[in-house]
Amino acid sequence: MSLFGRPKYSKILIKKKDIPQGLWEKCKSCQEIIHKTQLEENLMTCPKCNFLYPLSSAKRIASLIEEGTFVELDKTMRSADPLEFLDSKPYSIRQEQTIKKTGLNDAVITGTGKINSLPVALGVMDFDFMGGSMGSVVGEKITRLIEHAIEKSLPVIIVSASGGARMQESTLSLMQMAKTSAALGRLRMKNLPFISVLTNPTTGGTTASFASLGDVIIAEPKALIGFAGPRVIQQTIKQELPDGFQRSEFLLDHGLIDMIVERKDIKETIHFTLDFFMSGKKKSSDNGNGKGELRELVGAHALV
Amino acid sequence: MLKKNKRNANQTTSKALIGFEFEKPVSELEGKIRELKEFSVKEGIDMSSEIKSLEEKLVSKKCDVYNNLTPWQRIQIARHPNRPYTLDYINMIMDDFRELHGDRRFAEDPAIVAGMAVIDGRRIMVIGHQKGRDVKERTFRRFGMPNPEGYRKAIRIMKLAERFNIPIITFIDTPGAFPGVGAEERGQAESIASNLEEMSLLTVPVIAIVIGEGGSGGALGIGVGNRVLILEYAYYSVISPEGCAAILWKDGGKASLAADALKLTGNDLLKLGVVDDIVPEPMGGAHNDVEQMALNLHKAIIKELDSFEGMSKEEIVNSRYDRFRKLGVVNEV
Repeated sequence: MSLFGRPKYSKILIKKKDIPQGLWEKCKSCQEIIHKTQLEENLMTCPKCNFLYPLSSAKRIASLIEEGTFVELDKTMRSADPLEFLDSKPYSIRQEQTIKKTGLNDAVITGTGKINSLPVALGVMDFDFMGGSMGSVVGEKITRLIEHAIEKSLPVIIVSASGGARMQESTLSLMQMAKTSAALGRLRMKNLPFISVLTNPTTGGTTASFASLGDVIIAEPKALIGFAGPRVIQQTIKQELPDGFQRSEFLLDHGLIDMIVERKDIKETIHFTLDFFMSGKKKSSDNGNGKGELRELVGAHALV
Repeated sequence: MLKKNKRNANQTTSKALIGFEFEKPVSELEGKIRELKEFSVKEGIDMSSEIKSLEEKLVSKKCDVYNNLTPWQRIQIARHPNRPYTLDYINMIMDDFRELHGDRRFAEDPAIVAGMAVIDGRRIMVIGHQKGRDVKERTFRRFGMPNPEGYRKAIRIMKLAERFNIPIITFIDTPGAFPGVGAEERGQAESIASNLEEMSLLTVPVIAIVIGEGGSGGALGIGVGNRVLILEYAYYSVISPEGCAAILWKDGGKASLAADALKLTGNDLLKLGVVDDIVPEPMGGAHNDVEQMALNLHKAIIKELDSFEGMSKEEIVNSRYDRFRKLGVVNEV
């Protein structure tokens, strides 16, 4: 035994699993470290740079509708895989896995609820479910929502987040564009307002149908919104695309949307807009039916 | 009724023989018959029995080839460079066509043609995608891919027809709406969306006919009909098979697999309810006998126009709504 032995230091072993995981996150945009709870409380908006993270349909509904007032419609509707579509795996399996992963039955949640005290019909798309693509279920649920709104004289709000029509249901997906747009035509005839909220991303068949038909169109900042995807356009024209191409600000500049609104202000904006349009409606004795009413009026004049 | 020699001049001048790989057995047999005929004339030998048996063989071979086409082969026929286009049909089966131009907002789009016409003595408004026959015209017509102005011109003219109670015929033949910077800047998506909504409210009958390529939203943008027909070898799809293959199979070369999966042929679409009827084509495709094709199309249009006799405006609007309303298949647990 030597006189001078090696000193024994006490060691504290820190096991990796003792450190709480996922409480902090580096912002994808500004690289700042942000607290996850803070991010969630801030509607998935970076508190440092206002970068918008995707918001799930459930959280979106909670951000717009008074607690306890949301009544979901057609909650259990699922796709029936009418084409028995098969790519790398069958559509039916792909769908089952997505349902398990997301806890959603398809890419839209629809229902009625109250914004402050105003009753509304609301549809919220969820990009997590197969890229928010529109197949028969999305088309049918949105059409039923609009028809329900017509029946109950409710305004309609749809928050879009979608890559477009769902390839796995081919032309049936395509036909949902005509179906939903036709339903909005009937809503218009009843003079009920439709507010379309566009979030990142809204492209393809969704943009080329109901999402572009809002009486008032609101977009979140910097959202990708367009018909053709940027890559397809680049391949076609073989040139660099302009800066900010197909972003909300670009669409506002080109007169394609009414306003860009920060996520936290969307509820207030919708409430103001609906109240603005609907408050006159309550007071007028009859609820006019737009084009038809005008035609009758002109006809009556002609008779006199 | 059917006017001969009135086809687009380009159609006849460029009538080169363009054969597909799957047509090889047919063209080989046709070649043999031709050789044999020439030989018998030249040598003065009667070979009529041999020729006759070969001709019989040719008929059965044609049936064999053309009745067993894969969806991908049908798409090749739908894209055949000699296939008749909208203006060819207008010139052959309609009288007094006067083209109307422009969207009154920004531009004239030659990828969609529209105008007043008379068919069988009846006034109609006709609107259709237009492809080009040669390089110059193809570029001019943007390969039948409209800009927003094309859709806005189309709906302007449809609403004009509505005011004067004139039925509308649309011919669909496009790979899709044009994917360009200008098209996006001027609201390609909005122009299609508005057409879907506005067409659903038209109080006159709309008959939409897919004559070649039914390319997604670009096709549907003039396709919200009370009746939707498709030519035998035409196709209608949510995405091109090449595009679908590139996304789902990560390989654009797998287009034939995608074409099978997308269920885009007339028979498939009839089963799904996306189309209401199929207009027969001459054996091997419309380009093989354009006059016969024009006759078939003329007959189909007249039959459809007749079916709206006595229908009220309300019935016309509501039946169109119901037609699209029932499309789609869902499970409700």
